[in-house]
Amino acid sequence: METLEIIGAFILLSGSIFIFLGSLGLVRMPDVYNRIQAGTKASTLGTLLSLTGIALMTPSWWSRLLLLAIFIIITNPVSSHVLARASHKAGIKLSKRTVSDKYKAYNQAKEEAEHGNES
Amino acid sequence: MKLKSFIVSFIILMIVWLLLTSSFDLAYLITGAVVSAILSLLLCKRCTIFKGMKLNPMALVYTIIYLFVFIFELIKSNLDVARRVLSPSLPINPGIVEVKTTLKSPMARMILTNSITLTPGTLTIDMVDDSIFIHWIDVKSTDKTEATEKIVKRFENIISKIYD
Repeated sequence: METLEIIGAFILLSGSIFIFLGSLGLVRMPDVYNRIQAGTKASTLGTLLSLTGIALMTPSWWSRLLLLAIFIIITNPVSSHVLARASHKAGIKLSKRTVSDKYKAYNQAKEEAEHGNES
Repeated sequence: MKLKSFIVSFIILMIVWLLLTSSFDLAYLITGAVVSAILSLLLCKRCTIFKGMKLNPMALVYTIIYLFVFIFELIKSNLDVARRVLSPSLPINPGIVEVKTTLKSPMARMILTNSITLTPGTLTIDMVDDSIFIHWIDVKSTDKTEATEKIVKRFENIISKIYD
C-alpha cells in the first residue's frame, strides 16, 4: 500500500512536470500554431500521467479515471484542431520562420476559381 | 448494416456504463442493458459512423497494437516538444504541408487525424476530400508524397486493418 502510493506520487509529479513544460512552450513559441502544438501534446500526456498517478494512489477509482482518460484522448486533439483551423480562417499570420503554407495557397486557388466562374 | 451499428453502439454504451458504476450487481447490469438498448435503437437509426468497421479477431489484435504504437508516439512527441522548448535557440522550422490519405470511412479518418495531432510535431488543420493540411513544427519536406510517407503511413497501415 505504502509503495503504491509513493510510485503514484512520483507519476503525478512527472505529469505536472510535463504540464509545466507545456506552459513554458506557450510562452516561448513564436505564433499561435506552434503554441497550440506545445499546449496540446504536453497537456494530454500530463493529464494522462496525473490520472495514472491518482489511480495508483486510490485504486478503487480506476474505472472512472479510465473513462476520463478516454474522453481526454478523444476530445483534446479535436479542440486543438478546431482552434488552429479557426485562427487560420480568421487570418492570423504565421511566424516569420515559417517555410511553407500550402493551406493558404489552396484557399487562394479555390477563391480564384470561384471568381473565374462568376465573371 | 443497421444491426452492426446497433451492436457496436450498444457495446460502447454498456462499457461506459460499467466503468461509471464499477459494479457487477444484477440490478445495475439490467438497468444499463435496457438503457443502452433503448438509446442505440433511438439514436442509431441512420447513423453511418461505424459503417466501415471490421468485426473480426484480427481487427481486435490490431486495435491493441495500435494502442501501444499510439502511446509510444505520444510519449515521444512530448519529449520532442520538451526538448524544443528547453533549448535556448528554439529549434523550430514550422510550416503547413499537404498530405494524402487513402482511408474512406469517417471514423477511420477521425482516428487518423487525432493520432496525427497527438504525435511528434504535427497538428491537423483541415481536411478537404483526400487532402489533409498539417502544421508541421519541423518541416523536412514540402513534397506531397514524401510528407505523406513520413507523417501518415505508419498509422494508416494499422488503421486500414481495422476499418475498410
